[in-house]
Amino acid sequence: MTSSELEKRRAEVEKQGYSILNLGPTHPATHGIFQNILTMDGDIIMDAVPTVGYIHRAFEKIAERRNYYQITTLTDRLNYCSAPINNIGWQMTVEKLLGIEIPKRAQYMRVIIMELARIADHLVCNSVIGVDTGALSGFLYVFQQREKIYEIYEDICGARLTTNMGRVGGFNTEFPASAWQKIHTFVETFPQIFDEFDSLLSRNRIFMDRTIGAGPISAEKALNYGFTGPNLRAAGVDYDVRVATPYSSYEDFEFEIPVGQNGDTYDRFMVRQEEIRQSFSIIKQAIAKLPDGPVHADVPEVFLPPKEEVYHNMEALIYQFKIIMGESNIPAGEVYHSVEGGNGELGFYLISDGGRAPFRLSFRRPCFIYYQAYTEMIKGAMLSDAVLTLSSLNVIAGELDA
Amino acid sequence: MENVTERIGKALQNKFSDAIIKQELIVDFPTFTVKKEEILNVLTFLYDYEDYKFQFMTSLCGVHFPDNAKEEEFCVVYQLHDMVQNQRIRIKVYTSESDIKVPSVTSLFKTANWLERETYDFYGIQFTGHPNLTKILNMEDQPYFPMRKQYQVEDETREDKNDAMFGR
Repeated sequence: MTSSELEKRRAEVEKQGYSILNLGPTHPATHGIFQNILTMDGDIIMDAVPTVGYIHRAFEKIAERRNYYQITTLTDRLNYCSAPINNIGWQMTVEKLLGIEIPKRAQYMRVIIMELARIADHLVCNSVIGVDTGALSGFLYVFQQREKIYEIYEDICGARLTTNMGRVGGFNTEFPASAWQKIHTFVETFPQIFDEFDSLLSRNRIFMDRTIGAGPISAEKALNYGFTGPNLRAAGVDYDVRVATPYSSYEDFEFEIPVGQNGDTYDRFMVRQEEIRQSFSIIKQAIAKLPDGPVHADVPEVFLPPKEEVYHNMEALIYQFKIIMGESNIPAGEVYHSVEGGNGELGFYLISDGGRAPFRLSFRRPCFIYYQAYTEMIKGAMLSDAVLTLSSLNVIAGELDA
Repeated sequence: MENVTERIGKALQNKFSDAIIKQELIVDFPTFTVKKEEILNVLTFLYDYEDYKFQFMTSLCGVHFPDNAKEEEFCVVYQLHDMVQNQRIRIKVYTSESDIKVPSVTSLFKTANWLERETYDFYGIQFTGHPNLTKILNMEDQPYFPMRKQYQVEDETREDKNDAMFGR
């Protein structure tokens, strides 16, 4: 809204006897840069005008100039709470374009990492719902567990938040022994700690009174607004990309899709809680069934050769040079691939004209799509419920604005 | 998949005859190119089509093909999903720069609201019938549509970034 428009709106609203309140852009309770210009009747929200785009970084434009392997770093910054899912989703899109089949072991390793990322993502969201209702202790408690997951990332790829993990074709190396050790420790210790966190909130009278009925949305509306992921499942639709269109061997694992009923804050919280349990079970199954074998596909055109070979082998040197300079042969084509991200269906629509960079890359960003419904969800609610609804939708600014 | 493309294609041909310009199967996506005037009708038909109910809009985005013929320079891509039978399809409409108007589908899918605004913001495609077609991610007074291919990644209007040695 431009300032003249805002003035006009203010005059209009005051004539009706309402007042205007700016929620954001940098309000501590919004956990990101969101602005909502609320029209308030006392403590009741009559209308809201959301403004987005504060951290728009033109990723889709930048992607049209970058080589395929350099776009992984852009995807990190979409939903930065679960960066590995974005990385692997993008790599799988390129693999689909190139027609590469990934070895089973690499697929299982991807599943382990993606489910760890999902746990980290959901832990942040759920504990923050606690914070917004006034319960800080659970938040600090599970952030330790998130830290453990970040340490696993760190051992695998050296980075914590923006991971840039894996390569097109698989992983660059086998996970180091220390990473496996940390994964095993996590598997052993996490359930007790998570149960304690669960007992702090799930059946807590104050928490339930506060969240049940806050920011509800019906299944029909949620579908029409393009909801996906936990927010759609909380409204009662059992759509999960991992089950509907299995990728990376998800069909090998047994897990449930939790669904809610009313699509309110409590249901969203409970769906995420149960999903953490299911993700944990998938990790355990993947570790138990982990096959031996290579961790990347044999695709020298796109997968960097080992360093020692580059120094002593002519072919490896050529491939290394071609890949780094972005001269690999990428076929022309058009693919869409989607993965179940932390917030829903994260899709990559890629058009290649055979050049070194994508001709067009469009990210289907679940946050951007379902944040549209926010205005409707908070109309008639109290201001404090608006904050709660925002955090339970898990709107991540990076994914919203791309 | 071939069968699905054929089947939906036949149903669309029966209903809209020459408004369906092209049908093809791209990897795993039945894809249809439709005359832009008919897009809302086609999507409404598919919404309640007897075999598949395409009632979920997955994505909507614009594409700029500067090398195409004048009347096919801009493209809007709609991806729909029938969640019950897990069938996806893609619908494309092409438009020229001189008459850059495409009917809005917000009356059918609320998802399309911001996606159309985003497409307008980046490509300048005018969606007729949209309730609030304004820029969404860029500044309101930005005078150009940045995702069009003639614009470089760097902002050419800036003078403070004249770094010959380390310029990007």
